[in-house]
Amino acid sequence: MELLTPLSRADSQAVQRRRRGRNWAMLAALIALVGLFYAITLVKIGQGTMAF
Amino acid sequence: MTEPTNVGHGQNREGSQPSLALLSGTMVSGPEEAFSSAADWFALLKPRVMTLVVFTGWIGLLVAPGHLHPVLAFTAILCIAVAAGAAGAINMWYDRDIDAVMRRTAGRPIPAGRIAAGEALGYGITLSAFAVVVMALATNVAAAAVLALSIAFYVFVYTMWLKRRTPQNIVIGGAAGAFPPVIGWVAVTGGLDLMPILLFAIVFFWTPPHFWSLSLFAHADYARAGVPMLPVVAGARHTRWQIVLYTLFLVPLTVVPWALGLTGAIYGIAAIVLGLGFIVCAIRVLRDEQDAVGISLTKDAPARASFKYSILYLFVLFAALAVDRFVG
Repeated sequence: MELLTPLSRADSQAVQRRRRGRNWAMLAALIALVGLFYAITLVKIGQGTMAF
Repeated sequence: MTEPTNVGHGQNREGSQPSLALLSGTMVSGPEEAFSSAADWFALLKPRVMTLVVFTGWIGLLVAPGHLHPVLAFTAILCIAVAAGAAGAINMWYDRDIDAVMRRTAGRPIPAGRIAAGEALGYGITLSAFAVVVMALATNVAAAAVLALSIAFYVFVYTMWLKRRTPQNIVIGGAAGAFPPVIGWVAVTGGLDLMPILLFAIVFFWTPPHFWSLSLFAHADYARAGVPMLPVVAGARHTRWQIVLYTLFLVPLTVVPWALGLTGAIYGIAAIVLGLGFIVCAIRVLRDEQDAVGISLTKDAPARASFKYSILYLFVLFAALAVDRFVG
């Protein structure tokens, strides 16, 4: 059975800080992706090459 | 607020057991999820390698005849960057055992224990698929196919097949890094031509003197990891000669586009001047003060200089190509 070791307060704060950083990075990536697909779609429609 | 004292980058979490910790409202499923930061996931993409890949891909796109809408051109470059990063992440997953014993790479997220190997593999595969699909949607299927080929070449041919088996790993595997200008060209034109093939050949023959200069001063790391880099297998003296020979072959090759009338004089003169500089660097590597077996007595100062120059060389050579296209 796996031993469970509690984190120290300092480690716990570091974990939270890093998780928050990852979440913000993921949010930024998702927003950028939405913007990119929106822009690609506009260009493709404008060029009349939107063929899937 | 108390600052964490032992969770810095590049540090192992020795002593930290896999845990389900409940403290201050924090739940973690394991050390990897707990201690990886956004910067670790970015580091998996080998951003320093990505720079040159993006630049050569962008130049391929710029010098190609035709026009690509700026949004689509940006997307094509983004796909090249993401694909290169994804291939780098898969490379880090596969090479995690040798990365752990090499001083230069021991601090990477997987060997340092901040990201689980399986998660890095999934990340690499997902980003690879994303890059190829978006490239096909934004530009054309041919560019996406070449992009997929470049990822497959880097992962299967270089990383899994050649790297640990032959000192020619860099020579053949260098093709993976030579794809970006071709991808950029195909993204614009939808087809191949002589010019992108020449650009491919230039990066292909640039890679061995570039990488062997690095391996001359990092050979102890490669020897410790059992990677058969040329200085480890054939010795430093042989490697120095190979650097000179490849450089002597590379420089005339870079002049071929000008000789065939595919570029103007700006590129041609730049290729000659830069090439002469590269030859001087290679000869300095050859004539470095060394012992009986070719080991440097100057801490490989000429090899370090040659490595730095080789990066500048490719940047300026490709920049000259773009300048020539729009000014010449």
